[in-house]
Amino acid sequence: MFLEFVEGPLWYFSAVVFVVGVLWRLVDIWRQPSRTDLAVPRGSGVPGALRTIVTRSWTAKGFSRGATFHLVAGYMFHIGLFVLLIFAAPHVKFIEERILGFGWTPAPHWLFMVASDLAFAGILLLWLRRLMHPVMRKISTFDDHAAAILTFVVMLTGCLALLKSHDSLRAIHMLTVCLLMVYFPFSRLMHAFTFPVSRAYTGAAMGRKGVSA
Amino acid sequence: MMPTVQTEHDFERGVEVLRAQIDKKIASYFSSCVHCGLCAEACLFYTETGDARFTPIYKVEPMRRLWQREKTFWGKLGAGLGMLPEVTEDDFAEWQEMTYDSCTLCGRCSMVCPVGNDIAYMIRKQREAFAAAGYSPEGLQGATRRALEIGSPMGLTLKALEAQIGHVEEETGLEVPMDKQGADYMALLSSMEVINFPEYIESLVRIFDAAGVSWTFSRKAFEATNSGIQIGDSKIAAELVSRVVNAAEELGVKYVISPECGHAYTAIRWDGPNLIKRPYKFEVVHILELLDQLRAEGRLRTEGIETERLTFHDPCQIVRRGGVLEPPRNLMRMVAPDYAEMGDHGKMNWCCGGGGGVSANEEAEELRLKAFKRKKRQLEELNVEGLVTACANCRIVIEEGLEHYGMDIHVTGLTELLAKHLAPPKGKAEGG
Repeated sequence: MFLEFVEGPLWYFSAVVFVVGVLWRLVDIWRQPSRTDLAVPRGSGVPGALRTIVTRSWTAKGFSRGATFHLVAGYMFHIGLFVLLIFAAPHVKFIEERILGFGWTPAPHWLFMVASDLAFAGILLLWLRRLMHPVMRKISTFDDHAAAILTFVVMLTGCLALLKSHDSLRAIHMLTVCLLMVYFPFSRLMHAFTFPVSRAYTGAAMGRKGVSA
Repeated sequence: MMPTVQTEHDFERGVEVLRAQIDKKIASYFSSCVHCGLCAEACLFYTETGDARFTPIYKVEPMRRLWQREKTFWGKLGAGLGMLPEVTEDDFAEWQEMTYDSCTLCGRCSMVCPVGNDIAYMIRKQREAFAAAGYSPEGLQGATRRALEIGSPMGLTLKALEAQIGHVEEETGLEVPMDKQGADYMALLSSMEVINFPEYIESLVRIFDAAGVSWTFSRKAFEATNSGIQIGDSKIAAELVSRVVNAAEELGVKYVISPECGHAYTAIRWDGPNLIKRPYKFEVVHILELLDQLRAEGRLRTEGIETERLTFHDPCQIVRRGGVLEPPRNLMRMVAPDYAEMGDHGKMNWCCGGGGGVSANEEAEELRLKAFKRKKRQLEELNVEGLVTACANCRIVIEEGLEHYGMDIHVTGLTELLAKHLAPPKGKAEGG
């Protein structure tokens, strides 16, 4: 009964909030004022934007000193989470049956295990850094912690549901997923959609100056 | 009517201006920021002090709070329920140090942010609000007032420049063209060059004569430094840019030459047309771009090389924020083929610590000297005897830093170094 509710009405409600919320946030950015750059450009903005969207996925040459812990944990978490989200067998099945109507080959069990280890270790290390590093303590807000905790809980309930194959665990996982989806558009998690926009703005501005950013 | 410098505190106006700064870029930047703190490791004010307040993204916390309250769902809800604190005048007072003293707008943080936030752009925007509210350093207010009223942030008058030019003419035996209608190039200066490094003017005169460049100074606009950009007041910045633009367009020059001054280049080359809201009728070139062009055309020829071990310091606004990356290196190789590059150089170079108005801000002096420890370490790693740069402000800040830390390294300008090795023009050399 509870499973039917969270996979039915609650899922649809969360999905609508998620989609509408994300679109609203993106449109809201677009609605803000902007100005055409009147300076004669040295280079083109479009290649600069595209280049920065790609190249900011790794660090600037020589910058890793002093940032290694964060960079390693960040890669672990994001790569692990991506594999879990897109290639975990239950997710592929859910996407095929409930969203897209088609699926793809899921990750083998060993890859799932590696990805979940990476994702769990990554998010815990990042959160630990947020709690302990003086800079992180200074700049972190409630939203930073809430987003981290919610994501961790979703991952944890997902793994439990997969390992035990029990309806109640699956229902709890779906409930946390729905909570995350409702929270997502109004939180820092939005960076998953806005990072190409911010990278593009900076890349274009620097590209016009002839600087590869 | 000429704009004025806001010296009295006007918090309400500051908030109003801060609100007006939130554009598409700023909205996307705050939406993307995950507070990862990586920008701290790119900022010399943090790395050399360990003070978490100097984390670049934290420097724009007042703007973030305003954006959150007025532009986000939770912010609006929290504000409506009285749970989210407003931006207060105390915040402005507290953040003045983070907005001015501990940021040179060098933009190194903008190069490392994983979500691509241009934090230097954000701080520049926040300065608009702080300048409007009168929460800006007195030293910078004074420099800006002098720029508006006298025409130079250091109070340099036309008479003083003409006296300096007289000395240069005596020294070189060459006539310095003034207000020459229809010249190809109009050269600008920073007052720091005229007052502290007049050898730059002499170098220009000798190089341009040897290369056969058609050029002039303007009596109406010779100052390139733009204190309006540094304090963050676009109206003042526009007024200062428009003086140069009017003078150049009156003389009918094809090009305006930005001097060896980083922020001057940013002001006249990149910000200028946007400040006066129209394109120019001329092009702007940095002196290093012009010299590199003369080199490529075979019109700038040098003889001999430096025997000392040298390095080159990249001025942030010329290289990282200005895009003049290769010209200084091409020119350095002419006279110092084996010069040593710093560990982080080019677009990832570390700032001298005195750009963005910091060197004009007496309140920031102690912090600036602490931040200089980064440059000190870079130089110690290289064990060089001399440092070459291409910005009068970098030069004086580095000279002060070296003196403070008792380092025996001499500093020179790149244009000056080239002039030192200038080969006589072909005709003159052949004719003896």
